[in-house]
Amino acid sequence: MIKYYNDLSVIELHVNGEARKVTVRPADILLDVLREQLGLTGAKAGCKNGDCGTCTILMDGLPVKSCLVLAVEAVGHELLTVEGLSGIAPIQNAFVKYHAFQCGYCTSGFLMVCHALATTKPDADEYEMERWLESNICRCTSYQEIRSAITEVLDTASRQTERSTYATIS
Amino acid sequence: MIADNFIYCKPDTLREASAAYRTLLREDKTPFYYGGGSEIITMARAGSRIPDAVIDIKGIPECNTLEINDGDVVIGAAVTLNQIQESKLFPLLGITGSRIADHTNQCRITLGGNICGTIIYKETLLPLLLTDSTILTMGPRGRGRKLPVNKLFDRQIKLLKGEFIYQIRTDVSLTKADFTHVKKTANEKIDYPLLTVCTLETEGKLRLAFSGMYSHPFRSTNIEDAINHTDLTIEEKLDMALSLLPDFPLTDSEGSGEYRKFVFRNTLKEIIERHEND
Amino acid sequence: MITKLTQNIPRKESWDKVTGKAVYTDDLPITNHYCARILPSPHASARIKSINIQKAAEIPGVKAVITGQEYSVLCGPTLLDRPPLAKDCVRYAGEPVAIVVALDEATALQAVRLIEVDYEVMPALLSPLDSIKKDAPLLHPQISSYTHVVEDIYPIEKSNISAQYHIRKGNIEEGFANSDIIVEETFHLPPSDHLAMEVRTARAEISADGKVLITTASQSPFTVAKDIAKAFQISPGDIEVHVPFVGGAFGGKANVSLEFLAYMASKKVNGHPVRVIIPREEDMTSAPSKLGMDATIKIGAAKDGKIQGAKFEFHVDCGAYSDIAPYMTKAITADCTGPYNIENLVCDSYCVYTNHTYATSYRGFGHLSYTYCVERTLDQLAKKCNLDPLKFRLLNAIKPGDLAPNQVISTYSNTGNTALCLEKLKGIIHWNGPQITNIDENIVRATGISCLWKAATPPSNAVSGALITFNSDGSLNLNTGVVEMGNGGQTNLAQILAEKLKMDINKIHVTLNVNTRLNPEHYKTVASISAYMAGNAVVRAADDIISQLKSIGSQVYSCKPEEIEVSDSKVYCIKAPTNYTEFKDIIAGYKTEGGASIGEPVLAKGGYMLKGITVLDPKTGKGRSGPSWTVGAQAVEIEFDKRDCTYRIINATTVMDVGQVLNPNSMREMIMGGMAMGLSMASRENYSYNKQGRLKTPNLRTYKLLHIGQEPKYKVEFVETPQTDSPFGTRGISEHGIIGMPAALANALSLASEVNIRELPITPEYLWKQRKEKYDS
Repeated sequence: MIKYYNDLSVIELHVNGEARKVTVRPADILLDVLREQLGLTGAKAGCKNGDCGTCTILMDGLPVKSCLVLAVEAVGHELLTVEGLSGIAPIQNAFVKYHAFQCGYCTSGFLMVCHALATTKPDADEYEMERWLESNICRCTSYQEIRSAITEVLDTASRQTERSTYATIS
Repeated sequence: MIADNFIYCKPDTLREASAAYRTLLREDKTPFYYGGGSEIITMARAGSRIPDAVIDIKGIPECNTLEINDGDVVIGAAVTLNQIQESKLFPLLGITGSRIADHTNQCRITLGGNICGTIIYKETLLPLLLTDSTILTMGPRGRGRKLPVNKLFDRQIKLLKGEFIYQIRTDVSLTKADFTHVKKTANEKIDYPLLTVCTLETEGKLRLAFSGMYSHPFRSTNIEDAINHTDLTIEEKLDMALSLLPDFPLTDSEGSGEYRKFVFRNTLKEIIERHEND
Repeated sequence: MITKLTQNIPRKESWDKVTGKAVYTDDLPITNHYCARILPSPHASARIKSINIQKAAEIPGVKAVITGQEYSVLCGPTLLDRPPLAKDCVRYAGEPVAIVVALDEATALQAVRLIEVDYEVMPALLSPLDSIKKDAPLLHPQISSYTHVVEDIYPIEKSNISAQYHIRKGNIEEGFANSDIIVEETFHLPPSDHLAMEVRTARAEISADGKVLITTASQSPFTVAKDIAKAFQISPGDIEVHVPFVGGAFGGKANVSLEFLAYMASKKVNGHPVRVIIPREEDMTSAPSKLGMDATIKIGAAKDGKIQGAKFEFHVDCGAYSDIAPYMTKAITADCTGPYNIENLVCDSYCVYTNHTYATSYRGFGHLSYTYCVERTLDQLAKKCNLDPLKFRLLNAIKPGDLAPNQVISTYSNTGNTALCLEKLKGIIHWNGPQITNIDENIVRATGISCLWKAATPPSNAVSGALITFNSDGSLNLNTGVVEMGNGGQTNLAQILAEKLKMDINKIHVTLNVNTRLNPEHYKTVASISAYMAGNAVVRAADDIISQLKSIGSQVYSCKPEEIEVSDSKVYCIKAPTNYTEFKDIIAGYKTEGGASIGEPVLAKGGYMLKGITVLDPKTGKGRSGPSWTVGAQAVEIEFDKRDCTYRIINATTVMDVGQVLNPNSMREMIMGGMAMGLSMASRENYSYNKQGRLKTPNLRTYKLLHIGQEPKYKVEFVETPQTDSPFGTRGISEHGIIGMPAALANALSLASEVNIRELPITPEYLWKQRKEKYDS
């Protein structure tokens, strides 16, 4: 059946493992709804044009710029924001350890891309890592700090995958 | 924040999509077919192009196809650039898509959207032009068309009112041919192209298509003939290719037309040298 | 013994920032806030014939529409020349012309689009060199009647020059006469932008009894209160300013602008809370940017390489309004040589209006612009003298006893050690003279170097303060007015306090948000002087704590106060260190076993006011414009492809005299961040305007910043020459990494490409064009 949203509609979003009902216009973008209605202000509006990555969240495990997603499009998808990392994702600790931020405004977006990469492609090489992270802009750091943080997380993640693969085989 | 509201509908079938278009048209709306949404959202936010309604084609199974079927690689219009790359079904298209915008955006930008949007570069068309791909469309009355890409595209996509692309089919053997992809930007990697070149090698000959030179991508058989000419030196080939350019290249904030000619010549030289050394 | 300072401490706010919990201005709840959007001018120069707001005002949900006609307020930190909303005319494309206040953003935006403005478009001045032409139209015909906010600003009547500063030192004729080789070059540097990731925003509300609350992303909360008070005749104490976390600023948020609009908007709707938000595009066009510059640099040297004289002329493109650009022009003038000893010196600097977006402070406060011009010329001069450019710089580096351009006598304490920075850099980059290394037949490798220096130029009345209170567990609350915008200022201050009290930094809490009602005034979080000014205030507050604890301790232990030691959150008599009292048992007063009360709760304070800053002599530039310099030497190594003129930046190195290392990793990363910003600016960033004066690239799609993957390997090393009047000798470093980067990059690329680079940004197209012209002719 065709889905049809005309004016204000109540939709259900699955965010950080919870079902949340919000009232939106079809033209409302996901970023604004997350921030203004659900109080999930970790994702930031750096350009609202898909160019800077500060609003990046994960949709079904892949990074998306939530400024370029309509809220109604997110229905039926699993959304993960920086708040959903709960302080226990390895990349969060690595960011603290390697000073991978200064002002912190791009941090949520970078964390989400890094988290997605570490969980879906723990074996990513440097080229692949750069390809994913060049979706975001950091104006404070030199990127070397972010590079150190993700490199450590990928190293650990790929070692763990190796171990678990090994375990499965034996 | 998009100031002006619009209607959003998401059909489950091609037929529903056509019907939705007809219904909206009757209500005096001008609906846009909606893929990844990047362009429509940015334009609507800026107020430069405001749709009355969008028809999201991402729920239509035919638009999400990504498979080999009957000797063809079949890709739905709503398949994202990232999915195409990950699938490895059409490596040249995959790598071309992997240099459009950035990876996160590639997780949203769809093949159909890149071809039909208003941004002039439409780099995914280059592999399709080189492989003589076939485009499948659906019209507002529920009638489909099946057209070679060069019939549908000549400087612009010539879709009928209310018609949309739902699938692209490419001969598997051509997707396996040797290829090159070169994208040159002003200085920053994540940027629109000064020049993107895709080549494909069939029977020892190069096919070439370009984006960034003009306000539309193009493939030129004349330039291909010059490049594949066996009696010319590289320099002669390059001079001839330059002389065969249909117009003086674009000047914009990426670069001047004069510079684009320099980049064009250089890039072609790199490609020919690589080709002849192989 | 120094123990705490050189520890690597994560930022105090680290976990707020990696969990999305750090709250920035626009993250605050918006319930019950009206939303205001501005209408920017589409023209760079036009007379406003009429504004029709009727259609906009009629939209349901629109609460107010405000135009510049309603106010006759002028604002600015040096010269009152800018109306918060354009009145009668617009002077740059992007200038706010009207504000709509509405129930929500969608309504506000719809209404903005319905405002009808009838403009009479005028020709736009798009270069300072055009603006100073005799017959150039005047952007501010009333320039002579503008109120001067600072005493040392000298506009030229009936001109487009809002300020001028001059250096006359030694005898320039003699200097050039003694020169065997003289190089003269002209440079053109375009404006560009800060591009902090957080877009500027401000909120305002006014209570029924007239109390104003401003919440804003600002580097200058205390100035916001003062400026709004002055502009709208309010008592400053009736204005409270809140600044949550700031998402990057780089000087761009020191300016007060949206705060005026927020106040005007709230005032118009009976004090209802209003949030003014601007999209990135307006942040780039409406809000201030980085200055542009045209310069002529002439330097002469004797055959042996010793510089004999120099003559500089700078035309600073400050855009449509002066803002802080006159003071940047002053800073450029006072420091114009870089860290070199030039005895015979003439410098004429002019701050010139154009119809560009107006400029405000930007990381380095103008220093990166003149440094580029001077360091490029020095490389040319070294080449003509047949000298290694590093040796040439060493030969001319400023030493104790030399006079700075403003004739302040250089000492190690006030200047640091330039020569040592160069020597250390030489070792790190394995410098062996200017060399072009062939990597293959097309690619060559080359390194360019540059020195840097910068003194802060704060006003002589700049103040800072620190208040310290205790918690029941004996931990401290350090309360200052320093804004946390990525500079790590709060963590640095905590570290200074930990060092002073010889205690664990984890037991020091800091105030990460500024509230002018609660926090002691701190001038502005600018100019890399927080560690110096607020640091000195913290040192004094720490002394205050120690003295209070010694007083109580002497009563507890029945000894003299000077026999009491405060260390490791404990108080004891030096005669019996094992018999100690923990902070928690003494900070709220001491209670004996018998129940008797001793002493009072410990509440500490420290204040600091800058001393000895003087006005520069208007003719000679003599005077003390800042407390001290920070010097450094930088190098950039590139690989240049001769075929297509593209290049890769391979290595970037800085050696900086930081006085005293404080939190080394954090210091290193602050410098690296500056270097990255400098390389991005020098290689990509450009505010390019079309002929009508509209910015061609007003978004991050087309205005390119450096992304990950294209950055070089960064290396930062320190030299430590203490600044004696600074806490533990440490110097300002937050801005400085940027200063020499454009010059070092250009010097490397000039060597490799054989192009005399005199512009920015250095794009492959620029190099191609220059090479083409060179080889074609």
